Amino acid sequence: MASKASGRWLVLAIPYLWLLALFLIPFLIVFKISLSQDAIAQPPYFPTFDLAEGWTTFKEAFSELSFENYGYVLSWDNEFIEAYGSSLWIAGVSTLLLLLVGYPIAYGMARAPKSIRPTLLMLVILPFWTSFLIRVYAWIGILSPEGLLNQLLFALGIVDRDSPLQILATDTAVYIGIVYSYLPFMILPLYSALEKMDETLLEAAADLGCPPLIAFWKITWPLSLPGVFAGCLLCFIPAVGEFVIPDLLGGSDTLMIGKVLWTEFSVNRSWTVSSAVAVLLLMVLVIPIVFYQNIQAREVEGR
Amino acid sequence: MRKGLSWFNVTSITLGFAFLYIPIILLVIYSFNASRMVTVWAGFSTHWYVQLFQNQQLLDAAWVTLRVAFLTATVATVLGTLAAIALTRYGRFFGRTLFSGMVYAPLVMPEVITGLSLLLLFVAIDIDRGFWTITLAHITFTLCFVSVVVQSRLVTFDRSLEEAALDLGCPPFKTFFVVTLPIILPAVISGWMLAFTLSLDDLVIASFTTGPGATTLPMRIYSQVRLGVTPEINAACTILIGIVTVVVIVASIMTKRQEIEREKAERLAAAG
Repeated sequence: MASKASGRWLVLAIPYLWLLALFLIPFLIVFKISLSQDAIAQPPYFPTFDLAEGWTTFKEAFSELSFENYGYVLSWDNEFIEAYGSSLWIAGVSTLLLLLVGYPIAYGMARAPKSIRPTLLMLVILPFWTSFLIRVYAWIGILSPEGLLNQLLFALGIVDRDSPLQILATDTAVYIGIVYSYLPFMILPLYSALEKMDETLLEAAADLGCPPLIAFWKITWPLSLPGVFAGCLLCFIPAVGEFVIPDLLGGSDTLMIGKVLWTEFSVNRSWTVSSAVAVLLLMVLVIPIVFYQNIQAREVEGR
Repeated sequence: MRKGLSWFNVTSITLGFAFLYIPIILLVIYSFNASRMVTVWAGFSTHWYVQLFQNQQLLDAAWVTLRVAFLTATVATVLGTLAAIALTRYGRFFGRTLFSGMVYAPLVMPEVITGLSLLLLFVAIDIDRGFWTITLAHITFTLCFVSVVVQSRLVTFDRSLEEAALDLGCPPFKTFFVVTLPIILPAVISGWMLAFTLSLDDLVIASFTTGPGATTLPMRIYSQVRLGVTPEINAACTILIGIVTVVVIVASIMTKRQEIEREKAERLAAAG
């Protein structure tokens, strides 16, 4: 019996300790550095904790805390606020576009014959298994001024050869990149919500004389809302922190917080400010998660 | 009305899949282009593949990436499976909320934050950054994905099988390997594959946690891509796409066959 208990204890302790050491503690370090002043936190940074001295070190460490970095990041005259705003905007617009593009696909899949559904599902997941970087890179060849899209438009005579469409290095390219890369994340939850739906409800509505569009709006859409929320959250949160897509497809004026954090960290080498940017970014993201959990909790209660 | 709807469905599926696949197909086609330009098709050529296999830097990066991914997937699968067992079987325990929070948080945590925090940890404890720090970082963020996949299998699992084994005097450790593991194996394997591809694919976390001497393939591709389109990268990408496609198709056939076998066995057991 003793061995059973110790086995149980080990199963829990191994992943627990791993996550404490490599997930929680690193984050606490970020938090601590975000409250330090640059002079003490200039790289290489060493924590000043000396546990042997006990309480006094804690008190000392506490007195050293400074909210200067947050003040700096949150002051109106710098690019950080703008970057947070434009990240939220780009992520929001992309999520909306994803919903518009993904919903018909998920709907079509859920209404497809049962025998081909697994194949369709697999075809949606397959691009997700190929490298994200490759998929973003593929769009450079398509969207650049001498790229394939412009070639096609030249050949069709829609666009003049001397003035190709400038899509690469604009926000449009960033939207295309995000929609393309995140589409499976939107389709899968929508599909699983739509697939579960009882089709006899629609038949009943049709029998009672309800036109299909109204039936969709009154029956299908509300029933798919859990999938809509899950899909939007799955796309919105990583999109806010996105760094690779705006860097490769966006222009120099495309401002996103992930890119700003990277620049602040690797070019300006200000570890304290980038830590503060990270903490604030996380706080911005916690809001939609809490919101979503509330909705879910309410749903569970409703049942 | 029925007909109109299905016409709509066919169109949306076709357009959606065209959107998903055309960029990838174009990339593959242009990796065989003789010309350096994307704009001109100068005939079929495997020139860029030859060039690729002479690019020592890219090959070194690919080797580092594969080693990291293999180690990551293996350790993350063990840790993730343990975490899944603890979360589905242990009921309440001290610090459960914290534990499940830590298991799920990396799923939604932006990569820049994970990368930054791990880098600051590695600097704080002053260890040399490179192969091992990338691997530690990758294990940490992939184990959560493994745990979610394995948990979905564990919750639908018939516990009476385990209880029967325990009642018959099988030690818990052995019960796990003889009863539990074979049943959850498909989920464990797909968790391993998920961790493997996530690690292969990761650019941001690897860039933060690496040091001199360990450059992964995505980092190498990224730095070349920023300088402009090079057909060599098209060739490298095509090979990667080919490998992934084959692995995924083989895996799905295998899991399908396993499902069928299992159903057969269950039917036999029920009949017997």
